[in-house]
Amino acid sequence: MSQISLTINGRAHSVDTDPDTPLLYVLRDDLHLNGAKFGCGLGQCGACTVIVGGNAVLSCLIPVSTIGTRPVTTIEGLGTAARPGVVQQAFIDEQAAQCGYCIAGMIMRAEALLQHDPAPADDVIRSQMALNLCRCGTHMRILRAVRRASDKLKGRA
Amino acid sequence: MSGALNAGRRLLLKAGGALTLAFALPRLALAADAAAPTLPGSLKKQPLLDGWIRIGADGSITVLTGKVELGQGIKTAIIQLAAEELVVDPARIHLITADTARTADEGFTAGSHSMQDSGTAVRNAAAQVRVILLDLAATRLHAPVTSLGIRDGVVTGPGGAKVGYGELVRGQELHRTATETSVLRPPHHHFLMGRAFQRVDIPAKVTGGAAYVQDLRLPGMVHARVVRPPSSDALFASTDQNGAAAMPGVLTIVRDGRFIGVVAQREYQAVKAAAVLAAATRWTAGATPAAAELHRAVEQMPSEATTILERGTAGQPGRTFSARYRKPFQLHGSIGPSCAVAQLEGGKYTVWTHSQGVFPLRQALAELVGVDKESIHCIHVEGSGCYGHNGADDVAADAILLARALPGQPVRVQWMREDEHGFEPKGPPMASSVQATLDASGQIVDWAYAVWSPPHNSRPGTAGNLLAGTLLAAPFPVPPAVPIPQPEGGGDRNAIPLYVLPNARVVHHFIPVAPVRSSALRSLGAYHNVFAIESFMDELALQARADPVAFRLRHMQDARARDVMTLAARQFGWDAYRPQVGRGRGFAFARYKNLGAYAAVALEVEVARDTGWVRITRAVVAVDSGEIVSLDGIRNQIEGGVVQSCSWTLCEEGLFDAAGQLTTRDWAGYPILRFPQVPDTVHVHVIDRPGQPFLGTGEATQGPTCAALANAIFNATGARLRDLPFKPAKVIAATQLARRT
Repeated sequence: MSQISLTINGRAHSVDTDPDTPLLYVLRDDLHLNGAKFGCGLGQCGACTVIVGGNAVLSCLIPVSTIGTRPVTTIEGLGTAARPGVVQQAFIDEQAAQCGYCIAGMIMRAEALLQHDPAPADDVIRSQMALNLCRCGTHMRILRAVRRASDKLKGRA
Repeated sequence: MSGALNAGRRLLLKAGGALTLAFALPRLALAADAAAPTLPGSLKKQPLLDGWIRIGADGSITVLTGKVELGQGIKTAIIQLAAEELVVDPARIHLITADTARTADEGFTAGSHSMQDSGTAVRNAAAQVRVILLDLAATRLHAPVTSLGIRDGVVTGPGGAKVGYGELVRGQELHRTATETSVLRPPHHHFLMGRAFQRVDIPAKVTGGAAYVQDLRLPGMVHARVVRPPSSDALFASTDQNGAAAMPGVLTIVRDGRFIGVVAQREYQAVKAAAVLAAATRWTAGATPAAAELHRAVEQMPSEATTILERGTAGQPGRTFSARYRKPFQLHGSIGPSCAVAQLEGGKYTVWTHSQGVFPLRQALAELVGVDKESIHCIHVEGSGCYGHNGADDVAADAILLARALPGQPVRVQWMREDEHGFEPKGPPMASSVQATLDASGQIVDWAYAVWSPPHNSRPGTAGNLLAGTLLAAPFPVPPAVPIPQPEGGGDRNAIPLYVLPNARVVHHFIPVAPVRSSALRSLGAYHNVFAIESFMDELALQARADPVAFRLRHMQDARARDVMTLAARQFGWDAYRPQVGRGRGFAFARYKNLGAYAAVALEVEVARDTGWVRITRAVVAVDSGEIVSLDGIRNQIEGGVVQSCSWTLCEEGLFDAAGQLTTRDWAGYPILRFPQVPDTVHVHVIDRPGQPFLGTGEATQGPTCAALANAIFNATGARLRDLPFKPAKVIAATQLARRT
């Protein structure tokens, strides 16, 4: 076990954990953040997606000791049920969830995409979201939600 | 609401007691004795109104359902129904879902039954409670019932008199039994049913709220993982526990026969210890390698034949055609591996589970750990979408066995991805043969269909239905599988076409014992049977030189079936369709179980002949689920069903090696549809049937989507695919064959 410093959603944290522990377990078990989900532990499904240093990252694979000073953003950092962020609100408006287990990962990948490119073409959205799996078949709504969030962000730009 | 009442409520809560419930707590144990077969929906199983609706003296409204949220939106629909019939703001309703200590036993949340069973019960119970409340108000306000109105739980009378529901029930003991008929609010008064209404669970799910059993964190909770044999009949040879036992945080290792679990203080410690333990454990390969071949040879397995339809006379004159269709093992493939938390305290267990049936699970767990079922409390907490019988029950068994070893401590078990793929009960492989005769006018005058299938139901039940129960040193016997009888059917679900067929025979070959455990996967046998029947209808239409939609319509008398077919064709633009090179259109229809929702699917594909890549350029669905409660809920389920069925149909196949071990144990080996391949558009058109019974929605499009894809690929390429899934290599080969012939 060793002491590791992290910046999560704008706040400094210090956790006592084994350095090889994937970030996902620290987020969920040490910091009690529910958003990022265990889906496969293999980097194949995207349920654990968070943003590290501005990029979408699979938190089930990345050891916590390699994060360093890069800021980590989870879905909890985007907004709350009372005050959802733009992408979260777009998912609510499109009712883009069924079981919802994949949705936090979807929103984080969409957030990272829109931070880099607020107006992506439809085929870019599809290819950028391709890593994230949804089993309920909510894809059409998720695509609409990303498009809706993009429209909103474009309006602000 | 008066301040005094709130103070009283706080006192009661502080005292640790329940709220004063004017509608008393139901005696659940008596519910079965009181079962009333003529009551609507699940009121048959729990006829007491306060088993469903409770009004507190403080005006609080609690609704109880024995069904569970699986992501299908049932919580929202139940709240809409109750709020509609009680005439209250839905935000006031507190909903409790399946809990063995609190709700009615509604069996499993499965088979698109939730709206028919629980929705109907809650709606009728709420309507009957409303009538009771209005009667009470009439007495209180000295006014005839006909002069009263309701506004958000407040009854209003002549001259501005008002009285709230809470006030009406205060001091009353209203433990009433439901009656057969209810005064439902008329459709033209509806303010919630059929209206746009957002899902109640989505805000938490998009903001990281605690939404799933995976998110439970109980004081003192520890974490466990299991180590499984490589296949169901592999034998335990040896293990060395020392390495894992010495690892940081490891609290205990439990081995009972072939059941092995490791519990650790922290979650990733359990993950690592389980990996070390797995590497240090030896197994002897099993004796039945037939799993690898099962997919190709279901017809050769020992089976029990049942003739489920025998009509008219076989051997009519005309042109006779035949075909065979095949489906492989397929997986539920929940995105979140199954999870449960169990705790043993004072000789009693509490189990938090995402099982589809907390009451049947409790029965099986009681047998597993050797206690009476009253000593186990199963509480449903949402999990990842399951689409049928996945690992939910099995992981609850793992959790209770490990909790038994650590009394007092809540033990959380989550399966790893390889566990979920490897050991969830699979959707079974199936095969069918169909033969039909067309007369000179192109009408079907003879029809013969046979379907072969292993079981579609191995749910608990008994401890032998739980994976861990079969692994213990003294294993519980797996109960013999029995077919699900018609009219719903299992392997023979939707094996009887809804079309007008004067001479027809349908035989179900039930395979009771298969080398791999199989169970319910969304729509059960309907997916395969509708694929076969609706593909063959297209093959016959071609032989009859008829348009596929027109051919279906001339064999269909059911008006509601004709309506969805006609609507889907019109919205797709079927008659004006202009074929383009490489593109084709397909159509299919089914009424789920022949007694549920009607659905017709029309879609267009573009097939890349060089890569075999199938792109769905658009899909149009028409559905009739009876009276609409949640329009967007129906759309969401139908869209999801279409996309999931596209995934099954284009991508999915569970494969086994010669030792009976699943080789497709992750998303690389068992790919499912990803964003680039989902349809360009899916449009859902819902027919409302006010006043008609709820028909359920969740499984309606699994079969029709598959057949529509097969038909569209044929239309685009000339290749008739009868062997699922339609992976690119198969599409290329069939297309090349079709071009040569």
